[in-house]
Formats: sequence, C-alpha cells, structure tokens
Amino acid sequence: MKNALTIAGKELAQYFVQPVAYVVMTVFLLLGGFFFFELLSYFQIILQMYSAAQNPQLLAHLNLNDRVIGPLLHNLSIVLVILVPAVTMRTFAEEKRVGTYELLLTAPIRTGEIVAGKFIAASAFLLIMIALAGIFPLILVAFGNPEIGVMVSGYLGLAFLAISFAAIGLFTSSVTQNQIVAAIAGFGALLLLFVISWPAQTGAAGWSAGVLRYLSITDHFSQMVLGIIDTKDIVYFLSLIFVALFLTQRAVESARWR
Amino acid sequence: MIEVKNLTKLYGNFTAIKDVSFKAERGSILGFLGPNGAGKTTTMRIITGYMPATAGTVLIDGLDIFTQSLEARRKIGYLPETPPLYTDMRVEPYLRFVAKLRGVTRSKMDAALEHALEVCGLVEMRGRICGQLSKGYRQRVGLAQALIHDPQVLVLDEPTIGLDPRQIHEIRGLIKDLSGDRTVVLSTHILPEVSQICDRVVIIADGRVVLEEKLSEIPAGTSLEQVFLDAISKERHATHAEDEETLEEVGAGRA
Repeated sequence: MKNALTIAGKELAQYFVQPVAYVVMTVFLLLGGFFFFELLSYFQIILQMYSAAQNPQLLAHLNLNDRVIGPLLHNLSIVLVILVPAVTMRTFAEEKRVGTYELLLTAPIRTGEIVAGKFIAASAFLLIMIALAGIFPLILVAFGNPEIGVMVSGYLGLAFLAISFAAIGLFTSSVTQNQIVAAIAGFGALLLLFVISWPAQTGAAGWSAGVLRYLSITDHFSQMVLGIIDTKDIVYFLSLIFVALFLTQRAVESARWR
Repeated sequence: MIEVKNLTKLYGNFTAIKDVSFKAERGSILGFLGPNGAGKTTTMRIITGYMPATAGTVLIDGLDIFTQSLEARRKIGYLPETPPLYTDMRVEPYLRFVAKLRGVTRSKMDAALEHALEVCGLVEMRGRICGQLSKGYRQRVGLAQALIHDPQVLVLDEPTIGLDPRQIHEIRGLIKDLSGDRTVVLSTHILPEVSQICDRVVIIADGRVVLEEKLSEIPAGTSLEQVFLDAISKERHATHAEDEETLEEVGAGRA
C-alpha cells in the first residue's frame, strides 16, 4: 500500500507538471459553465411562460433539480467520456515508450501496487475536478432552493462514473504503448457503455434487454441523478472498477510471463 | 552473486539467446561483451526480472528471480539500456521516488540521496529537469537511480554509452570503486572498457556464450580484441548459415 501511495503521489504531481491537468480542468469547467448558463436561461424562460399561463399546477412541477442540475450532470458525463481517456492515456503507454516501465517492473513492488497507485492518482485528479464543478449547485443554493440531497446524490453518481471511466482508461493504456491508441480505445469502450442499452429500447426483449440495461452505465447514473442511491447501482460501479483494474493488473503482469 | 543457468529466450520462433550460463562472483566485475544484437540486453532484462526466460534460471544471491521475484529484485540495482527517466521530473524528486520504491526508509533517505548525487557528480544538477539534461548527465542520473538503495547486485547495460571521454573515465572509476563487496555485471561492446575495469569477461555472440574467462587468465601479449575476434569468428564458423540470418534479423529488429 505504501508503494501504491508513492506511485500515486508521483503520478498526481506529474498531472500538474504537465499541462494536461490544467487543460482538462479548464475544458471541463468552461463547458460546465456554458451548460449551466444555458440551462438556467432556459429555466427562466419556462418559468416566465408558466407564470404567464397562470397555471399553478405546472409551476409546482417546475424545479431546479429536474431542469438544471439533472441535465447539467448528464451533459458533464458525456464530456467525461472524451476527457477521461485523455487523462489516463499516458499512464502505462508513456512509461512503455520512454522506458521507465523497465524501472517500475524491476523495482521490488507488486504489479497490483503499480495499478492501484495509478488508479488512485487518476481518481484523485478527477474528484478534484468534479469538486470544482460543485460551484454550480452552490450558486443555485445561494439564489434558489433546490433539493440538496438530490444534488449530492447526482454528484456522487458523477464521481462514481468518472472513476469507473478512469479504471477503464487505465486498462486501455496498459495494453498498448501508443497513447493515441489508448485514448481512442478508451473513448470507444466508454461510449459503448453509454449506448449499450439502446437495443433494449428498439427490439431486444426479455432477459437480454435486462442484461443490456444492467450493463449500461447511463441507466445506473440516471438513478443517482434522480436522487436514488441504490446498492444495486453502487455495486454496479464498484464491480466495473474492479473488473477493469483486474484486467489492467493482468495486462501489466503478462509482461512477466510472456 | 549472480548465477545464470541455461537461459534461453525465444521471441516467437526467433531465438534471442540460447543456453546462456555464467557466474558473477561477489566482489568482482563481470564484463558482458558482444557485438550489437548478440543478446546482451535480453540477458540483462531476464536477470533483473523484467521479462521471463523461455527456459533456464537466474539466482541472485541464491534467490530465484522468477519464483522469489520480490526478494531477488530488492537486491538489484539496474541501469537499463536507456536511462529510465521521467522527463518532466526534477533530478532530486526523481531519485527520491526511485529510492522509496526500492525500499529506502525515511531515516536513510537523505543520506542515500546525498551519497548517490555525490558519487555520480550530480550535486549541482539536483534541481534540473531530467528531460533537459544532456545525454551524459542522463546516464549519470540513470546510474544514480541504480545505486541509490545500496544494492548488493548492480546490473548495468552499457553504462558509459554517450559519455564524453572524461566522463567515461570518471564512470569507470566509479564502477570500480563501487564493486567492493558487490556483484557487478556490465554489458558493453567497448573492448578497452572490459580490460580496464573487469575481473572476468563473458563474450556472447549470436545469443550463445562463446568465451568465459578471467582476464588474468588471458595469455599476456594477446590483446582482448584478438580474443574477442577469435571467439566470434570461431562461433561464426561453427554455426550454420541460418544463424547468420537470424543475427541480421536481430539487427533489423533493434533498428
């Protein structure tokens, strides 16, 4: 564990030495700000329309969680599909290319510790970034009265989503020494996880539809955005992380028996 | 002590090294000599546990590098062919990072760091970014990371490559000083290097050991160059034309 933290510390420092961290954070927060502003403007228009219609029932249904925070989180989750592979692509691929992989693999540490260290660093970075995006709901709290519990649940969902993505990104980076290949493979895998439940809506029925829905990251994430924290969803995210990290560990370890 | 027993490594169906055996005693420097593509780097990578052998074993002070890998790796300091530097890190944090990975405790950290910087002539370079160092200094940082944890066994893959004559002289002196009660294996294709600092020489060509001898046993008057060329040409005559082709393949693969 000590070794994992040593590696995590080094990795995290490297994120901030290289411009990657700043670029990724800037893009994420700028786009987040843009979505937030647009969603709020739209909210205001609807509010005015409903007020003009003088329909108290419609007005009662209108709330900030459904109209602003929910869509914002969904938009940010799509931004993460593109940004997370960019963050994780160099983790293993770069070490192989530069030759430092030889240093890591000949050091007296376990491959599991290498993988854990890199995962901790990528997760910490993404969590910092998501925490910074917490400014948006804080603005709402300051000027309106959204439901805080639902927002916390949604952000928790986004955090789980991000670190699951990181685990998958680590895996695609561990099987290649080319960063671009790692990024594109990661992007493809994440996008597939997003859309994998589509056949369930268009034709697949019965157990296959159930399986596809279960595999879809969107379905689990949506539940949390709605404010429902279910063990089923948490288990899904944790098993996704576990499987991806296990495969990564195998991929790194394979250098020792190939 | 390093005992290499009957190592064979196949890449696909290409034989990189075949039945390589030799012993490096504690307190001595073993020169691992051979033309480009002879299998020096492959052998060193197997010794340090970076990759497994197809057949054969390596014992580091009696510990098997495959089955007792962690314990065996703890004893080794390794300078790969290209110094394994994180190009965006500064020298001092880089060395601290490597030292931590290799198990240097916090109380010994500063002393180990200062010692490594001192002996490798890096004291003034400690604040520099690794990626901006010249090749010679990169090589020194590579050496510093190999010996920072005071290992019993040092494996150095072409340690003096890319250095200017003065630095070569310094590094050779350094390696000689280091040997003490350690086991040092260094690979090179520079012949005078072996005669200057090594106690024993192992010559490998086409992935096979063609000569293993104490330098003192080489008859006076014969230059090492003569021994080397003799050993290699004997091997050439002995092996088949097919092997000649495989040697070329190695060269092409490396390039």
